[in-house]
Amino acid sequence: MSLLVSELKVHYRTLRGDVRALDGVTFGLRDGEILGLVGESGCGKSTLGKSLIRMDGRMRRAGGTVVLDGRELPIDDDRAMNAFRFREVSLIPQYAMSALNPTRKLRRMVGELLRSRGAPLDAEELERRMSQVGLPREVLDRYPIELSGGMKQRMVMVISTLLDPSLLIADEVTSALDVSTQKAVARALLGFRERGYVKSMIFVTHDIALTHHIADTIMVMYAGRLAEKAPADVIVKKPRHPYTRLLLDALPEVGVRYADRRLEGIAGSPPSLLDPPPGCRFRARCPIAGDECAEDPPVAELTPGHHVACWKV
Amino acid sequence: MLKLRDVTKEFRVGAFGGRSVRAVKGVNFEVAPGEVVSLIGESGSGKSTLGRMILGLNPVTSGSITFDDLPVRAGKEYYRRVQGIFQDPFSSFNPVFKADRVFGMIKETYHPAVPAAEWAGRVDSALRDVRLNPDQVLGKYPHQLSGGQLQRLLIARALLLDIKLLVADEITSMLDASTRIDVLNLLAELKARGLGVLYITHDLSLGSYLAERTVVLRRGSVVEMGPTERVFGDPLHPYTRELLSAVPRLHEAWDDPTPVDDCPYHREGGSGGLFEAGPGHLVACAELETCVRP
Amino acid sequence: MSALQEVAPPERAGVRREALYFAVRNGKLMAGFGIVLVLLLLGLLGPVLFTDAPNEYGPQPMSPPSAEHWFGTTTFGQDVFTQFVHGLRSTFAVGVVGGGIAAVIGMLVGFVAGYRGGVVDEILNMLTNVILVIPTLAVLLIVNAYLGIRSVAVQGLFIGLTQWPWAARAIRAQTFSLRTREFVDLARMSGAGTGRIIAREIAPNMSSYLFMTFILLFGGSVLIASSLDFIGLGPTEGVSLGLMLQNANQWSALQLGLWWWFVPPGAAITAVVGALYVANVGLDEVFNPKLRET
Repeated sequence: MSLLVSELKVHYRTLRGDVRALDGVTFGLRDGEILGLVGESGCGKSTLGKSLIRMDGRMRRAGGTVVLDGRELPIDDDRAMNAFRFREVSLIPQYAMSALNPTRKLRRMVGELLRSRGAPLDAEELERRMSQVGLPREVLDRYPIELSGGMKQRMVMVISTLLDPSLLIADEVTSALDVSTQKAVARALLGFRERGYVKSMIFVTHDIALTHHIADTIMVMYAGRLAEKAPADVIVKKPRHPYTRLLLDALPEVGVRYADRRLEGIAGSPPSLLDPPPGCRFRARCPIAGDECAEDPPVAELTPGHHVACWKV
Repeated sequence: MLKLRDVTKEFRVGAFGGRSVRAVKGVNFEVAPGEVVSLIGESGSGKSTLGRMILGLNPVTSGSITFDDLPVRAGKEYYRRVQGIFQDPFSSFNPVFKADRVFGMIKETYHPAVPAAEWAGRVDSALRDVRLNPDQVLGKYPHQLSGGQLQRLLIARALLLDIKLLVADEITSMLDASTRIDVLNLLAELKARGLGVLYITHDLSLGSYLAERTVVLRRGSVVEMGPTERVFGDPLHPYTRELLSAVPRLHEAWDDPTPVDDCPYHREGGSGGLFEAGPGHLVACAELETCVRP
Repeated sequence: MSALQEVAPPERAGVRREALYFAVRNGKLMAGFGIVLVLLLLGLLGPVLFTDAPNEYGPQPMSPPSAEHWFGTTTFGQDVFTQFVHGLRSTFAVGVVGGGIAAVIGMLVGFVAGYRGGVVDEILNMLTNVILVIPTLAVLLIVNAYLGIRSVAVQGLFIGLTQWPWAARAIRAQTFSLRTREFVDLARMSGAGTGRIIAREIAPNMSSYLFMTFILLFGGSVLIASSLDFIGLGPTEGVSLGLMLQNANQWSALQLGLWWWFVPPGAAITAVVGALYVANVGLDEVFNPKLRET
């Protein structure tokens, strides 16, 4: 196991109390595994991604541990995490466009960044990696504003993996991109893993269809908890959790027409995480909920690698 | 009902409009009553500019847009029949006012004489039409409502007018998968009532779910348009094929598009404009500069 | 959200009534306005009650505060309290007239330039920049010397006419970013015209910012007025807080230990501008529904 997250709880402090954005999530990541993290907005997927690298001022660890390559990550100690960031854990943020300093040419910016981490700039290696994601070397002598969205995204990907981190977190990296660029970015991510630039990856997205093409394993989250985690094909072909099923049913695909087959959304909305009701979080929207759902469902392993948190499976 | 003829838009840029950029080039298409047409394009294709021109929010540089044979004239009468909804539900509401103010504005302009009680009844029934519970959404501020609720409020607002055409610009792209489809279904129901919908999107799967006809836009020009099942089932233009192959699908592998070895446009003897590959199925030349002529 | 609902006024109350509801419950706003109100009343009523000429020399120079002279006397035996209440009045007057005129012109130019854009914007922008680079003090000097009008009102007018450009620029920039928000398009599609959109969609989003602009212009006017007073271009008859400070400085009040001479006017200017600032922070919470909850 390269990454082991157990019973992680992360709360957001607000004036009205703690929002339990992440409420006890346990999972592991093998060497070389790409985990797709999907769910609706507010399900905790971005909080999970963020808490593995940098918690912001309002976030607080309320329990649980994160172990990366046998060492525990001090996720709530901003200073101590500095030793891990970039070298062990790296992040590609959602808006890579704003992650680049607009007043520096890229070559200088990359140099400064590496120096701040005490690492020399291997220009040859940098250019080789750039060409692998389809960026010409001339890009280094341009300002970030001269790059298109897809190019910036790929540039940030190259920069954030330069020190060969063990774990890469890609947070909604393709959401703002056009479909054709999306595909190029997704393939570049797969290339990183093949060449060993990163050992394992967490790919956070709301797009199940896209995740299916990248990830080995998909973890579906709902209201701060794990709903289902299984190999990508199993999630898509044989989902067991009612939420996963409904989510897949609500997904329009090219060729599905309203006139032929009417898709349905999931009625209702997720519970407030300020003071979530006891029991299964999906109970209020679940078509098959029963009395036992008033108690928290444990995460059960149905078949090896297929984890589901539901009483009804 | 809505007709676009050689619509072109140039934006002036630089100090005192020194240079100009062509965002839309000679676009022709129509939307009939009770028809959903999806306008598909990537960022920078000019799809939103087209939507704004149809709504009279931006002027047309050349060509014409007519609605029931009358040119678009932004104003009270036009907006009684044509309305638009945009991508970002939170930006569509003035954050300092309650969300239901959008109804009050309609009343003020279009129905000042309607008694308050009767108006409240109309609002309630419009809200129920879009499957919102009036008690849950009235009297709330925009930030207290979800994106899906806000977009439905805007659809309800349009229903309070006697609209014939709705321009829906990326209205589901900021919504979650579980509510996105509900908004789409709602559009489909409006269509059944005789409303024309121009559904602007970058998401091909959403476009194909709803629309009878599809227009594919690239860098301001139409590359392919026609009945949705033809455009998606038998795409002729290389760009359409590329787009379709890039869409991630659940049950199929991610293929690269089959390369086009000749330009169907020139093979069929087309010259200038779009050529008709089938009934209503129009295709442009593969690439004007680098076209592989047979 | 639930916390808000508990204190929220009855449903469907008017926006103004609701703003008032939150205003009277906002400590910062009430404290700020309270201080300003006390000083304003002092400036308005003081001169009525203390009818002595403020600049009249008295028999007891340099005496510290006592029952007879509440704020002590100056080197010339003038009663500082009498000067203070008269000075407050003219300082408020110059601030209100100067700040008010500058704010009105600045808003007008800023809103129109920012909302209309294009040629209108370029022309107004040029005008703004021209006024901005004209050395204000030199112009006031010349105008004062030629016209020789030395009343507080005229002083305020001139200050107002030269102070507006930066306010116009700031408001233009804000308007520019707000007008691209989709709720402005929605208002247009509800049949609202330019004036109504500026007044009812854009301005309410900047209300605390506009108030802040007025506060800064008010403070700026007070300061410019005291500079003018210092070089002998102030009102010939009467007194202002700035004039008092300058006099105190001129006659070495600090070195002589006459703290009662300069502390009251200095504290009053600070208190007025500071209290308005605190009120502004409170106002932000009243106008921005999102801030009310936190």
